[in-house]
Amino acid sequence: MNKLNSKIPEGPLAQKWSNYKDHINLVNPANKRKLDIIVVGTGLAGASAAASLGALGFKVKAFCYQDSSRRAHSIAAQGGINASKNYQNDGDSVYRLFYDTIKGGDYRAREANVYRLAEVSGNIIDQSVALGVPFAREYGGLLDNRSFGGAQVSRTFYARGQTGQQLLLGAYSALSRQVKLGNVELFERHEMLDVVLVEGRARGIIARNLVDGNIERYSAHAVILATGGYGNVFFLSTNAMGSNTTAIWKAFKRGALFGNPCFTQIHPTCIPVHGDYQSKLTLMSESLRNDGRIWVPKRKEDVEALRHGKMKPKDISEENRDYYLERRYPAFGNLVPRDVASRAAKERCDAGFGVGETGLAVFLDFAASIKRLGKSTIEERYGNLFQMYYKIVNEDPYENPMMIYPAVHYTMGGLWVDYELQSTIPGLFVAGEANFSDHGANRLGASALMQGLADGYFVLPYTMQNYLADQINVPRFKTDLPEFDAAESAVNAQIQKLMNIKGNKTADHFHKQLGKIMWEYVGMGRNKAGLEKAVEQIRQVKADFWKDLKIPGETTELNPELEKAGRIADFLELGELMAMDALNREESCGGHFREEYQTPEGEAMRNDEKYMYVAAWEFKGENSVPEMHKEALKYESIEVKQRNYK
Amino acid sequence: MSSLALFYSSITKKIILALAGLFLITFLLVHLGINLLLLLNDGGALYMTAVGFMTTNPLIKIMEVFLFGGFAIHIILGIIVQVYNWMARPVRYKVEGYSHTSFFSKYMIHTGAIIFVFLMIHFNNFYFVKLGWVAPPAGLEKEDFYQMAILLFSSRFYSIIYLILMLFLAFHLNHAFQSAFQTLGLSHTKYTPFIKFAGTAYSIIVPLGFACIPAYYLFLK
Amino acid sequence: MNFTLKIWRQKNAKAKGKFVTYKLNDISSNCSFLEMLDILNEQLVLKGDEPVAFDHDCREGICGTCSLYINGHPHGPDTAVTTCQLHMRKFRDGDTIVVEPWRAKPFPVIKDLIVNRNAFDQIIQAGGFISVNTGGIPDANAILIPKEDADYSMDAAACIGCGACVAACKNASAMLFVAAKVSHLALLPQGKAEASDRVQAMVRKMDELGFGNCTNTGACEAECPKQISITNIARMNREFLGAKVGSQKKRVSSGGGF
Repeated sequence: MNKLNSKIPEGPLAQKWSNYKDHINLVNPANKRKLDIIVVGTGLAGASAAASLGALGFKVKAFCYQDSSRRAHSIAAQGGINASKNYQNDGDSVYRLFYDTIKGGDYRAREANVYRLAEVSGNIIDQSVALGVPFAREYGGLLDNRSFGGAQVSRTFYARGQTGQQLLLGAYSALSRQVKLGNVELFERHEMLDVVLVEGRARGIIARNLVDGNIERYSAHAVILATGGYGNVFFLSTNAMGSNTTAIWKAFKRGALFGNPCFTQIHPTCIPVHGDYQSKLTLMSESLRNDGRIWVPKRKEDVEALRHGKMKPKDISEENRDYYLERRYPAFGNLVPRDVASRAAKERCDAGFGVGETGLAVFLDFAASIKRLGKSTIEERYGNLFQMYYKIVNEDPYENPMMIYPAVHYTMGGLWVDYELQSTIPGLFVAGEANFSDHGANRLGASALMQGLADGYFVLPYTMQNYLADQINVPRFKTDLPEFDAAESAVNAQIQKLMNIKGNKTADHFHKQLGKIMWEYVGMGRNKAGLEKAVEQIRQVKADFWKDLKIPGETTELNPELEKAGRIADFLELGELMAMDALNREESCGGHFREEYQTPEGEAMRNDEKYMYVAAWEFKGENSVPEMHKEALKYESIEVKQRNYK
Repeated sequence: MSSLALFYSSITKKIILALAGLFLITFLLVHLGINLLLLLNDGGALYMTAVGFMTTNPLIKIMEVFLFGGFAIHIILGIIVQVYNWMARPVRYKVEGYSHTSFFSKYMIHTGAIIFVFLMIHFNNFYFVKLGWVAPPAGLEKEDFYQMAILLFSSRFYSIIYLILMLFLAFHLNHAFQSAFQTLGLSHTKYTPFIKFAGTAYSIIVPLGFACIPAYYLFLK
Repeated sequence: MNFTLKIWRQKNAKAKGKFVTYKLNDISSNCSFLEMLDILNEQLVLKGDEPVAFDHDCREGICGTCSLYINGHPHGPDTAVTTCQLHMRKFRDGDTIVVEPWRAKPFPVIKDLIVNRNAFDQIIQAGGFISVNTGGIPDANAILIPKEDADYSMDAAACIGCGACVAACKNASAMLFVAAKVSHLALLPQGKAEASDRVQAMVRKMDELGFGNCTNTGACEAECPKQISITNIARMNREFLGAKVGSQKKRVSSGGGF
C-alpha cells in the first residue's frame, strides 16, 4: 500500500504549504553547487524550474527536442492564466480559485495540491511581470482581466491571444540568463529515451542527439520530467507535432506509476477537421466564448439547406436557432467548462444538427457582439484569432459565424506524484502537464499555464531541496556505471529493432490508425464494449507496427522518421493503458464520459462511493497487465457536490 | 581610421555613415545654390563671386577639410558595411528576394559607386585644375570655373552623362535621406511620414535642380 | 492541384547540397504547405527514399520552428503567416515551387531544409532578459505601465524567433529580431534598469556571430509573420546611441563582500 504515500503535510488546508516550507530541509549555497539536476523539457514548467533552480545555485542541465528552448508547446496557449488576485473586486480569493478548480476537475484532484496552486497563483503574475511579460493593461496602467469558462469572476490575466508565448518567453529569458551565468547548460535537439536508476534513485538519463544520432549519457542527483502531455496519442490534437509521451512512458516502465491515464480534455473550440491529409487541429481560444454565442439550426431542413449552400447561416432567423448551451445551462451559458461544452456539441452533431461539410461542426457567432460592441472592439480583443481562422478556413469570421468542433487538447492524467511532485521513483520529479496532479478529471481554462509555472517557479525549488538535503555528500555521478551501460544498450536495441523491421508502411500510417481508434472509442463518449474493442484493436495495430514499419535513412543522422517511430511505439502502449483505465472507471466524471453513467438529461454521473480515487498504474513487464493502485481522495475543506452549471 | 572602423559595432558604423551622409546632403544644397547662378544672364559675375568666396574664405577652407573627411568616411564605411553584408550570406538563394522592399535601398552600393566615379571626373575637371594638378583647358585660367563649366556643358556627351548621373544621384538620395533618420533612431509616428515625404521631395528637387543646367545647354542653347 | 517542387537536398552540414525536382499531384487546395510536404514525404518513404527534412512543430504559427524560403519569400507568398499556416490555395495549379533553407552565415544548414538557429538563443543569452531571480517580487500592480507602452511592448514581444527577417534581408541582418527583443524590454519600466547594458551586449553578440548590417531595406518587416515593425530597429539604434554616448565607464566594484 505504501506505494502511494502522497505526503500531504499536516495542519489545516490553508496552512499546509507554509507548514511544509517551514519544516523542510534546505541545502546551503556552497553545497548547491555540488548538486546536479537534469530537467527534461523547457516549456513553462521545465524552463521555470531550470531557471529557478539555477538561480538558487544548483547545476542544471536542461534538455529539449526542439531546436530552441523557446519553442515548447506551452507557447501555443492563447487565452490566459488564472490568478486569485481579486484585482477586479468581484469576490475572488485563494479559496474560490481552489474551489473552482476542484469543482471544475469534478472532484478528482488532490485538495492540498490544488490549494497550494491557488495560493501561489498570485506570485506567478508578480514574477512574470517582473520578467517583462507585457500583460494587457487598463488605461490607468493596472493589469486587465478577462473571464474564462467555469468561473464567475474575472481572474484571467492575458497578453492578447498569446499569453502562453509571453509567459514562456519570460521563463525562457530567465533560463537564458542562467545559461549566461553558467548555472544552466542547454541541450537542444536532444530527446530523452530513458531514465537511469542507480540503487533505486533516478540518477540520469539517456538521450539521443537528434542531429547526429548519438546516444548520450547524462548523470545528476535528481531528474525532473517536464515533458508535457500525451494528447498526440489521438494523432489529431491541438498539441505540437513533436509532443510525445516517450519520456514519461519510459519512466513508467522504470517503475513510476501513471495516474489517471484516461483523463483527457477535449477542447470545445477548435477548427473542424477538413481532410485526410490533415496533420493537426488548431485551437481557437476559449476566450472567444466570452463574446461568441454557440448555436446550431433548430430545424433539420435548415441543416440540409446550409450543407448544400442554399442558405447562409445569417439567413436563419433567431427563432430557428438553437443556442443549446444557453438553453441547457442558463447560469453559465456559453461559459460552461470545456468538457460540458464539448459533449453538448457532440450531442447536437450526433443528433444530426451539425453544420459544415462533414456535419461535425457548430457555429460560434459574433454577430450579436459586433452589433453591441462594434467591430473594432471585437478586433482589438480577438484580432489575431480571427485572422488565424481566416487564413486556415478562408472565410471571414466577421461576416459569417466561425465553425468549431471539439478536439483533443490536454491530458489531465500523467505520472503520479506526491505533494512534493516526486514520482514513485525517488529523485524523479514530474512537473506541469506531464504529472497528473492538479486538474482532476477536467482542467479549467487558463489553469494549465498557472500549474506549469507554479510547479517550476514556486514548488520544485522547495521540494527538491528537501530531497537533495541528504544528498550533499553524494559525489557527482560518473556515466560509466553499469546502470548507464544497461540503459544505453536497451535504447540502442530498441532503435535497431525499429530500423530492422523494414516493412512497407510509414510511421504516420500506424499513428493515424491508432488515432482513429482512440478518437472513436476513448474520446468524448466511452462505453464498455467500445473500450474493450479499442484494447483489442490497439493490440492489433501494435502487432502490425512491429511487423510492417518502414524507416528510411540511418540511425547516425538526423532522421525524423526514426524519431516519429520511437514515439509511436510508446503511444501504442499508452493507448492501451488509457483504454484500460477508462474501462476500470465505471462512472462519468469531467472529461471522462462513460455513456452508461449519465443522468436522464445527459449529464455526467459520478460514483463517489466507488471511484473517488486516483487510479495509479504500475508497469509489470512487457505483455503483462499493469497493476492498479488507488490513492483515495479525501475532501476535508470542500463539500463534494454534483457539478451544476445550470 | 579604416582599421579602427572594422572594430566598430555594426550600429556605430551605420550611425557614422548616416551622419556623414546627412552632412553631404546639406553640402549638396550649397553646391546647387552656386550652380544655379550659372543660369543667370550676367556673364557669370555672381557665380564667380560665389566661387571666389568658396575658394578663399578661411572658414570655408576649414569646412572643406570636413567635407573631404565626410566623403572619405561615407565611402570607406559604405564599402566596409557592404563587404560585411556580402560575407553574411556565403550561399545565395536560387530565387532571390521578391520581398516587398524599398527598391533603391538594395542598390546603394551600386548607385554610390557610380556617383563616386562621377565625383572623380568632377574633381578632375575642377578641383584638381584649381590645385594645379591638371592643366586647365586651353586658353583658360585655372580659376575660371565659369568658362570651364560652360565649356563642359557645351559638350553634348558630357551633358547627357551629367543628366544620367543626376538620375542615379536621385536614386541614392531617395533611400539615403529617410534611411539616415531611421539609422539615427529618429522614428516617430507623427514625424516619420513627413521625413519620408521630405526625403522623396529632396531626392527629386535637388537632382532636378542640378539637371536644369545641362538641360538648359542641351535644349535651349 | 498539381505542383512541381524544386527542393534543396543536403545530407548533412558538411555535404554538398543540390536541388531535386519532385512532381506532386492531386493536392487539395485546403492543404497546408507542410501537409503538402507530409504527402510528398509519405510517397518518398514508401519508395524507399529519404524524406525531406524540414523544421516544424506547433503548426499553428506560434512556436517559430518552421522556416522555408519559398519562391523567394521566407514563409512563402502569403503575408503575416508562417509556413505552417500557408495554404496551397495561395498557389496556382501547375506552379513550380522552389523551396530553399534560410541562407545566412550564422544559420548553417543541418540537413535539407533545416538550419541551425542557435545564434538567436546566443543573442538572448547575451542580455535579452531582465535580471531577476525567482521570488521576492513586489505585487504586479505595484508598477503602473501606461496601456500604450504595454501595447507597443507587446507588439515587439510578439516575435516568434523564426529567423524570417534574417532570411529575407539581403544582408542577412538580424536587426529586426534583436530590435524586437530590445524594444520589448526597453519599453517597460521593469526593463529600463539594465537597458543600456542589454542593448550593447546583444548588439555585440549579434555582430560577433556574423550577421550583416541593416541597410533599412524593410524586407524583414515585409516578411515578418508577426508583422513586427522596423520602428523597433530605429528604437534600438536610439537606445544603442544613447547607451554608447550616455553610459559611464564601467564601474570597478569596490568589493565589500564576504
